[in-house]
Amino acid sequence: MPDIVLTAQQQRTRKRNLTEKRFRRLCFAAIAVTAVFLAFLVMNLGIKAVPAFTSSAMPLTINVEPDKVDSTAIASGDFPGMVKDAIAKLMPKVESRADRKKLYQLLSGSVADEVQHRVMADPSLVGKDVTLQATLSADADMFLKGQQTSTTKFAGTAPLSLAADGEAFKISAQGHGFKAGEIVLTPTGALRVTETSAEGAKAEALVAPDETGAVAAGQWQSLQFSDGEDSRRTSDLEAVWLQRFTDQGKIQSMFDKALFTNGDSRAPEQAGLRGAFIGSLFTILVTLLTALPLGVAAALYLEEFAPKNRFTDLIEVNINNLAAVPSIIFGLLGLAMFLNFFGLPRSSSLVGGLVLALLVLPTIIIASRAALRSVPPSIKEAALGVGASHQQAVFHHVMPLAVPGILTGTILGIARALGETAPLLMIGMIAFIADVPGRITDAATVLPVQVYLWSTLPEAAFRSRTSAAIIILMIVLLCFNALAIFLRNKFERRW
Amino acid sequence: MTRFLIAASALAIAASAAQAGDQIRITGSGTVYPFTAAVAEAFGKATGKKTPVVEATGSGPGIKLFCAGAGDDTVDFADASRAMKKDELDTCTKNGVKEVVQLTIGYDGIALANAKAGPAVAVTKQQLFLAMAKQVPDKDGKLVDNPYKMWSDIDASLPKANIVILSHPATSGTRSSIEDQILKPGAESIASLKDLEGKDAKAFEVEFKTLRSDGAFVEAGENDNAIVQKLEADPNSFALFGFSNVALNGSKIKAAKIEGEAPTMESVASGKYKVSRPLFVYAKKDHLASTPDMAAFIAEYMSAKAIGPEGYLVDKGLIPLPADKLKAEIENAKAMKALTADQLK
Repeated sequence: MPDIVLTAQQQRTRKRNLTEKRFRRLCFAAIAVTAVFLAFLVMNLGIKAVPAFTSSAMPLTINVEPDKVDSTAIASGDFPGMVKDAIAKLMPKVESRADRKKLYQLLSGSVADEVQHRVMADPSLVGKDVTLQATLSADADMFLKGQQTSTTKFAGTAPLSLAADGEAFKISAQGHGFKAGEIVLTPTGALRVTETSAEGAKAEALVAPDETGAVAAGQWQSLQFSDGEDSRRTSDLEAVWLQRFTDQGKIQSMFDKALFTNGDSRAPEQAGLRGAFIGSLFTILVTLLTALPLGVAAALYLEEFAPKNRFTDLIEVNINNLAAVPSIIFGLLGLAMFLNFFGLPRSSSLVGGLVLALLVLPTIIIASRAALRSVPPSIKEAALGVGASHQQAVFHHVMPLAVPGILTGTILGIARALGETAPLLMIGMIAFIADVPGRITDAATVLPVQVYLWSTLPEAAFRSRTSAAIIILMIVLLCFNALAIFLRNKFERRW
Repeated sequence: MTRFLIAASALAIAASAAQAGDQIRITGSGTVYPFTAAVAEAFGKATGKKTPVVEATGSGPGIKLFCAGAGDDTVDFADASRAMKKDELDTCTKNGVKEVVQLTIGYDGIALANAKAGPAVAVTKQQLFLAMAKQVPDKDGKLVDNPYKMWSDIDASLPKANIVILSHPATSGTRSSIEDQILKPGAESIASLKDLEGKDAKAFEVEFKTLRSDGAFVEAGENDNAIVQKLEADPNSFALFGFSNVALNGSKIKAAKIEGEAPTMESVASGKYKVSRPLFVYAKKDHLASTPDMAAFIAEYMSAKAIGPEGYLVDKGLIPLPADKLKAEIENAKAMKALTADQLK
């Protein structure tokens, strides 16, 4: 009966269709899982990196006192002392040496360096005032961004009654329950709540207030922190100062240029990627100049000229094998060869570039051979047919057609070299290098190494710096890959 | 192209010949690296000279590079989070390094830390030994595989939570300090192991140095920041690592009391908190003539401005030497007295 035959056929078809559907769904799920991972990584990095792209600064006028700097020997002037005086002027009632030092440490050490720079460039500034945007230290910056502790601010909506009680103060305000550790800022002073009770609270003075009796509503405010003073880098007194500067409208958040213009530094707010970027550039340049000619020449010989025998087979197997060797091995080879035997300078981008060239050579040779092989033999045969020598046929006809493939392989190899850290450990490029390299023989480091080094430092501010560096490295790699795709599309020819 | 390549490589080699020796090079401990890097930066800024290159290779490999020879192309300083060993100094001498000067820059405490959200604990060295060792004595003194799964199995006063301790791998200077200062005294405090030490010192050493591999003790690498993040993610896990991590991450992690004393800047500096170690920088005296900046760099490092109680390294988490020791060390740095073998173990 036809009916039964149809059903059996239909069942089989349905089963096949179901399998097909299931397979498609599995493939889609694989893509979805990958996309979720990628999105999570990028978002996580992005969120962490945001604080690194801005820094806090405040305008500061520094008097270049002639008794602190001798115009004939500017470099030995006491510039930190001048900056200390300048910021102390902004915050009256800071007298003790320890407090003055703390106040000064709200600022980055780069402020004194910048004043020194300006005075050295223009010695007539001695005795005059210098006004600049003073960058805040990373600790102060992290505190302002809420990365150290979360701060809850209360505006005083009811009058605050304030009564001296020996050394301490008794405070109360209607409708506001004080908590121990809370900081109360009055127009001239600051108090820290020590004890609380039903009718009010006891507080000690951080900055002795001038006012007694009552403070009008709107004239006072209070701050509560989620972490106690001993577990924050910014003390209560420093928090008071920062709040005062914020209230005065002094503190501005601006784009953090230092991240791009400075070399490495141990102070997070001064640490930048320029040294690592230039180091990467030099290293990659050396890699490219060494690996590309060597790789293409080797590929050309093996593909076009070499006789096919046991020996060339052996070479081929070895090249394919080398492409899979762990990168640290190349570092060891570089240490033994370039540093110990040739005596090239340790930590330099020259040696780094040569080691990475060894690393990418197999990749370039394999890619170049594939590109040369994909050129139709008819083209070479035609050239030979009209009387071109083998060399002419290769250089005039085969090579130009293989270039897009060679370039794509090279750029992908270089992009891999750009992300390597392991082989650089052995040749001393995993190092703190503050100076931006000027020559390929100068000590240098590279972007991925900078990421690694920052990630190991204990200062919390380096964590956002690390994420920012990763994002920048990823953008550089993306540019390389985009270039590879562009070149391939531009020069590619199909038969 | 070919001509350009030849010219470029000739230039590179010519430039490299002129370069050796003028820039200070430092290798060594990852614990000392943040401090030495800060001094290097301050030195570069203050003098306008090339900023010294500071590599973080770990104490052992750093000293190895330092002792590789006395030529201009070898390093000038080695950072170490433990004292140089006698045989390391022998290697130095054998390779032509005649005089090595030991500079003590300060202390680093070793803290048992956990997340702020985790329980506050107070432990003894013996309890830490029992938590970490692969084999522990049972009540008859016979060695058995570590049976303790939870802290409360060791002592009822400890939290009812699985034992998880993260720390550095065996090659690290931090780990050898943990062995010397926590595990060894912890093991010695148990009578049956004390007997073993008297009978068979080798076996005793193996006993306290072999740590459990069942997940209660985790070698979490040398990256302390990663360890801090792991502690935050799991409030029941603990880490044994440098105190400076606690000092700089006070809003995330806290340190436990060991032998009744919690580590603070003060308690480590005064010696009240017992689990601490000195940090060293070794200078190659042979290089003083060929690397003229060395003397100035040592002066910058061994000054009250850097390592004194108010110094900038203290802000970075270094625990300063007590006043009299500081003075003696600064004097020693000025005199550059060479290290002798009998000062070392």
